[in-house]
Amino acid sequence: MSPDLSTTIGTLRLERPTMLASGILGISLEVFSRIYQSGAGAVVTKSLSKEPWEGYPNPTIVGIKGGYLNAVGLSNPGAPYFAKMISQNKTVPIVVSLVGSIEEDFEFMVRQFEGVHVVAYELNLSCPHVEKVGLEVGDDPSLVTKIVRKVKSMTKVPVISKVGLGTTNYLDTVKAAIDGGTDAITAINTIRAMGIDVETQRPLLSHKIGGLSGPAIKPVAVRCVYEISSKYNIPVIGCGGVSTWEDAVEFILAGASAVQIGSAVGDRWIDVFSEVNDGIANYMKRKGFSKIQEMVGLARNF
Amino acid sequence: MQEISNRSSIRVIEKIIDETPTVRTLVFSDDSLSNVLPGQFAMVWIPGVNELPMSVMVAEEKGKAAFTVRKRGVSSTALYDLQVGSQIGVRGPYGNAFTIKDGKILLVGGGTGLVPLMRLAKFAKPENEVIVLMGSKTKDEVFFEDLANKILAKNKHQVIACTEDGSYGQKGFVTDVMEKLIGETKFDGVYTCGPEIMMHKVVQMANAKNTFVEASLERMMKCGIGMCGSCCMDDVLVCHDGTVFDGRFLSKSQEFGHTHRSKAGILENY
Repeated sequence: MSPDLSTTIGTLRLERPTMLASGILGISLEVFSRIYQSGAGAVVTKSLSKEPWEGYPNPTIVGIKGGYLNAVGLSNPGAPYFAKMISQNKTVPIVVSLVGSIEEDFEFMVRQFEGVHVVAYELNLSCPHVEKVGLEVGDDPSLVTKIVRKVKSMTKVPVISKVGLGTTNYLDTVKAAIDGGTDAITAINTIRAMGIDVETQRPLLSHKIGGLSGPAIKPVAVRCVYEISSKYNIPVIGCGGVSTWEDAVEFILAGASAVQIGSAVGDRWIDVFSEVNDGIANYMKRKGFSKIQEMVGLARNF
Repeated sequence: MQEISNRSSIRVIEKIIDETPTVRTLVFSDDSLSNVLPGQFAMVWIPGVNELPMSVMVAEEKGKAAFTVRKRGVSSTALYDLQVGSQIGVRGPYGNAFTIKDGKILLVGGGTGLVPLMRLAKFAKPENEVIVLMGSKTKDEVFFEDLANKILAKNKHQVIACTEDGSYGQKGFVTDVMEKLIGETKFDGVYTCGPEIMMHKVVQMANAKNTFVEASLERMMKCGIGMCGSCCMDDVLVCHDGTVFDGRFLSKSQEFGHTHRSKAGILENY
């Protein structure tokens, strides 16, 4: 019998433990549907803002050793347009990612999704390359608490807070999100980083500084998942450099109930979801696990 | 299998060919890009300005590659304005390629959409009979006519320039000329690149005759490698799944010929 790949993140139940990370693909329902069919347990949308954002000029994504640098600039069509675009969704488990500066931004955006089938909200408290949102919000714990509390008061679906490495200790941001009532934590976002082309002597990205993703950040992300789940009794979703089943299992052993995959889509395309799922299933069979939850945080026993 | 690097390599412009008052071809050395399949593209970094997807043009010398650009917006004008000795970054090649059928084939191009079709002509088999329709607004904007004749010298071929104002070649849109041609002649394959409304008509006409047809599409592209999602059309990513799509797929598309996406990802009507 095949092992059961379903998992739970608090009250959120997914058929499979791999999710599409925010920012990758994700602006049309047809594409979401294709990614779900290809094996993702859920898809997280690009981070949506109140108004449409065009993002930065290219280059916005650059391949480097160990992953990617990006400063896309949170380009997105805006929450109202997006909510209408996915309003016919019945079957795809969509997690809506939201980005804003103040409680009212989030209040406005969540209202757009009333009556639309979404399985959770993920609050982007950690984008490292757009001012006034993302990390700047995550670095203000009292604001984090207010925003999470506001979103929680407006919806019955789980609220996930995505944290990253800013100037405030990220564990304080996690605590602030828990104080606001968050149902889960996604850790981590990209890490502020930069690359320079030596021939032209210019920064690689048009925005100069962006976020580092991919295998290069995986050990940092695993550490964060381990620390969060050791310190707090809160479900965690691992994110940062997952491209193989071994990576996914490592995050689960560190304390993650599910993993998000982003950069690996650039290298392996969306086949990566089924490849990772199959690898996890084989590992479970070999090690005698029947459920994902039996593996969550096992590395903390040592 | 071509090796793909997602980081730009710096290349130096070695030669500039003025094709028309608004169109230039920039030639540089690049072994990998000199061999790309017809329809493949590269992401071209114009340092300090932008990075654009560009179809790879035919360069006549071995080991050389080229891009042909029309000055239009800020970024394409910056690329057009580069001088011999200027540096650009290139990454790729990306995307799929045209499937060249045996027999009689028809290439229908508009403006710089002729670029991938010139490369297709270069890959034509000696036994292919090739007709090329080249669309432009006026006589001044006709380009690649001599080049197409040269590339196809060993094939039975015909190059037909079409101008909207009738100042050169056949008067009218390429689609008008194609309509007559396809009514008289059975083609084994039709290939098109250019403005989407033009390609939509080409695909419709070919589909109506049950003729194999492929179009190379252009969409808002940021990453070029299937990550950012900007170029999605229905459930495909034009950069990753295309840019070449066949008539069967295109006839079912809700978006081809009707809508494109803004930088923010909003669907807008043509």
